Amino acid sequence: MNTMATPTATTTTVLDASGVTMRFGGLTAVRSVDLQVNSGEIVGLIGPNGAGKTTFFNCLTGLYVPTEGKVSYKGTVLPPKPHLVTQAGIARTFQNIRLFANMTVLENVLVGRHTRTKEGLFSALLRGPGFKKAEAASHARAMELLEFIGLAHKADHLSRNLPYGEQRKLEIARALASDPGLLLLDEPTAGMNPQETRAAEELIFAIRDQGIAVLVIEHDMRFIFNLCDRVACLVQGEKLVEGTPDVVQSDERVVAAYLGTPFEGAPGADEAAEVAAAEAHADAQSTTRTDRTEGDTQ
Amino acid sequence: MTNTTKTTGTDSATEQPLVPLPPAAARPLTLAGSAIALVGTFLAWTWSSEFPGDLTVTGYPGGLQNVTLAVSVLTLLFTLSGYGIKGLRWLTPGGTNSPVRLLALATLGATGFTMGAISVVLGGLVNLDPGAWISGIGSLLAAVGAFALPHDVAGEDTPATSFWGRLRHSLKAPAPRAPQQLPAWAEILTLAGTVALGLAVFAYGVDIEDPELFIGFLIAIGFAFSGFAKAGLLRRLAQLAATHRRVAMLAALVAAICFPFTQTNDQYALIGAQVLIFATVALGLNVVVGLAGLLDLGYVAFLGVGAYSAALVSGTASSALDVEFPFWAAALVGAAASLIFGVIIGAPTLRLRGDYLAIVTLGFGEIFRITVQNLNGNTGPDVTNGSNGITNVPDITVFGFDLGQPHDILGFSLTRSSNYFLLMLLFTIVVVLVFRRSAQSRIGRAWVAIREDETAATAMGINGFRLKLMAFALGACLAGFAGSVQAHLGYSVTPEQYQFAGSVPPNSAFLLAAVILGGMGTIAGPLIGAALLYLIPAKLAFMQDYQLVLFGLALILLMRFRPEGLVADRRKQLEFHETGQTDTPDEILPATATGTTKAGA
Repeated sequence: MNTMATPTATTTTVLDASGVTMRFGGLTAVRSVDLQVNSGEIVGLIGPNGAGKTTFFNCLTGLYVPTEGKVSYKGTVLPPKPHLVTQAGIARTFQNIRLFANMTVLENVLVGRHTRTKEGLFSALLRGPGFKKAEAASHARAMELLEFIGLAHKADHLSRNLPYGEQRKLEIARALASDPGLLLLDEPTAGMNPQETRAAEELIFAIRDQGIAVLVIEHDMRFIFNLCDRVACLVQGEKLVEGTPDVVQSDERVVAAYLGTPFEGAPGADEAAEVAAAEAHADAQSTTRTDRTEGDTQ
Repeated sequence: MTNTTKTTGTDSATEQPLVPLPPAAARPLTLAGSAIALVGTFLAWTWSSEFPGDLTVTGYPGGLQNVTLAVSVLTLLFTLSGYGIKGLRWLTPGGTNSPVRLLALATLGATGFTMGAISVVLGGLVNLDPGAWISGIGSLLAAVGAFALPHDVAGEDTPATSFWGRLRHSLKAPAPRAPQQLPAWAEILTLAGTVALGLAVFAYGVDIEDPELFIGFLIAIGFAFSGFAKAGLLRRLAQLAATHRRVAMLAALVAAICFPFTQTNDQYALIGAQVLIFATVALGLNVVVGLAGLLDLGYVAFLGVGAYSAALVSGTASSALDVEFPFWAAALVGAAASLIFGVIIGAPTLRLRGDYLAIVTLGFGEIFRITVQNLNGNTGPDVTNGSNGITNVPDITVFGFDLGQPHDILGFSLTRSSNYFLLMLLFTIVVVLVFRRSAQSRIGRAWVAIREDETAATAMGINGFRLKLMAFALGACLAGFAGSVQAHLGYSVTPEQYQFAGSVPPNSAFLLAAVILGGMGTIAGPLIGAALLYLIPAKLAFMQDYQLVLFGLALILLMRFRPEGLVADRRKQLEFHETGQTDTPDEILPATATGTTKAGA
């Protein structure tokens, strides 16, 4: 079961989550999950709806305080506060896009720069040379990122007016603006057509090539097995299997979990439904890619 | 937005105008009507000088006649512009006929109101002299003619059939065409001229004594302004102001400095000073509400803290503290006390969001007032003299310059209120600068991000609580700053001045209304909103009993027809008025304007 890729001498562990457990009252949404992400790696997290993937993400980024277990980034344990997690170097996107809808595209990315700049209120009021320099640097970096995702020509548009696919890209750019060492993507291709999905794949590879580790939740199996160096499958809050795409793909328990055949030691259907309710994300998802494409993009 | 094809000619008009008249007759009729209305203003409108403004003189218009005169001249000019006359084309870069319609309505409204007012005040139509009838009939003809003019925009696929729908369609105007490039000095002159004109209109409005005249003035201003908006002039002006931002701000500043020199009566200068206090506090609230999105219903308490602190250290006999600080120190004490109070209130309450925060701040606002009332030596320690308040606050002396005494400068006599107006103006400038600079910075962007989506903002590394507290404290500090002047201007500080709602602005409800009415997140918005909300109740004192009803009605109407406020920043405009082509902003923001606000028109 533990077929984790052995890190070579040059790679370091970026993210180390050990024994992460999240209980909502009596419900255990995530049960002692261990996950490591190494530098320069793209790791996929799959699992049926309500398996606890997004809950696990929220535990990693400090939106939830895990009931048990700890999360450390490059050797230091992360405090359970979202802004401190981002400051430490973990940036994320959201499953249902959460851009700052009434800010321009450029401003969205500039907000992402927040943790990497430190000009306070007094500096803003006095407008010294330091402030101007920092603002100019932030602008340059933001435009560079917009160039990178191909939205530089739309820098002055309100982000709410972007088409869906570009909003997803912008969310990634905003996350990248915080100069993260690890990027968490929650269903980055949800609602995209095959073409856009391929473009997203290219984008994620390009991000990886910049030396940023990526942890990605996705339902699109072709996408995830193409993309990832390593895939972990979460079922009903527990890590079922982890390994290279080939290993996970051929694991019959994964197939069973997705197709619904009961597997050995499966919890009852009631409990699964409860976990799903606690996750409160089940409604936004549909099991197959085709449904999603039709549903979300007119 | 790119659809600038206009249907000024009758050939492309796809829809019947509201009034079915031969197309060739419409414009001459409008022209003739407004000319008749214009001529009428030079005749006597009534026989008795009992009606305010003295409308009895032939050959010399006065009072409400001036209002009719001004709008009928405007109607005339805009109608002529529709003929494509060379020197007048610049008047209508946007709609051509819809502004004429609105201006004709302004003329009709002002004239009709005057005739009605004369009949009511003097008892019967018999009191109207021929001049009034001539102007009335003229303005009616102009309005009929204006509504027979063709539509500015082509009809939709399904033309509205109801009268209301057709009326609204007839008032639609296309976006203004690209302006002709003028040399920079001409643009600057235009700006300066407009600002001077604005000052003149404002000073005229402030000086009005009679409610009748003021209502007529308001009717005319309201219609004329929407007419200018339809003609694309306001938009053009906003563009000019954006390109020459410094010049625009300087011109506005000069105009504000000139205001006390236009006033001979201390009473009106006092109104000016009080408007400035109200506007400054509203701008401070705009940091909290407009930028950070924190609904604060107890904001006036911070003004109170500043005023009480300044009064306590002013050296008045009724102060519990036997100290006398120089004014600059008192202002700092006021600001600092408000800041501390803001942090104390903010720290526990800012963990709440939305409605809950509003309720709690409302509660704290009242707690402040009641606490101050109880610190009277009877029900608590004697600090504030309870409901009697701290009285006899002495006048401010700055550099040996006693603000309480009139001074003669350049042959103009500056009264006490004028002195305070100028001092307050300095404070307003500081607050405007603070607002602008904080908004267009990393901090301001973080505030807007929190307003938009707090969860996403924290996930982007923004310490939500800290930044919200910062906004709250900054807003409090600015209010305290203004409060320190208010204590001296009003001679006394009492708890009753700092209620949630009351008939005299600044109170929490009016402050919030000024921000929302004017336009959240803008600088000009709260200033204009505060000026309107102060002037209208002050001028229409006879409506005291119905004031809050009218106020509520006005807010409902505004939310229905212009939810982004009178002055909208570009973002809000896009937010509330989907044009179907919102993907393409028609102007690229200058690199410096990526903060959260633009100076606005």
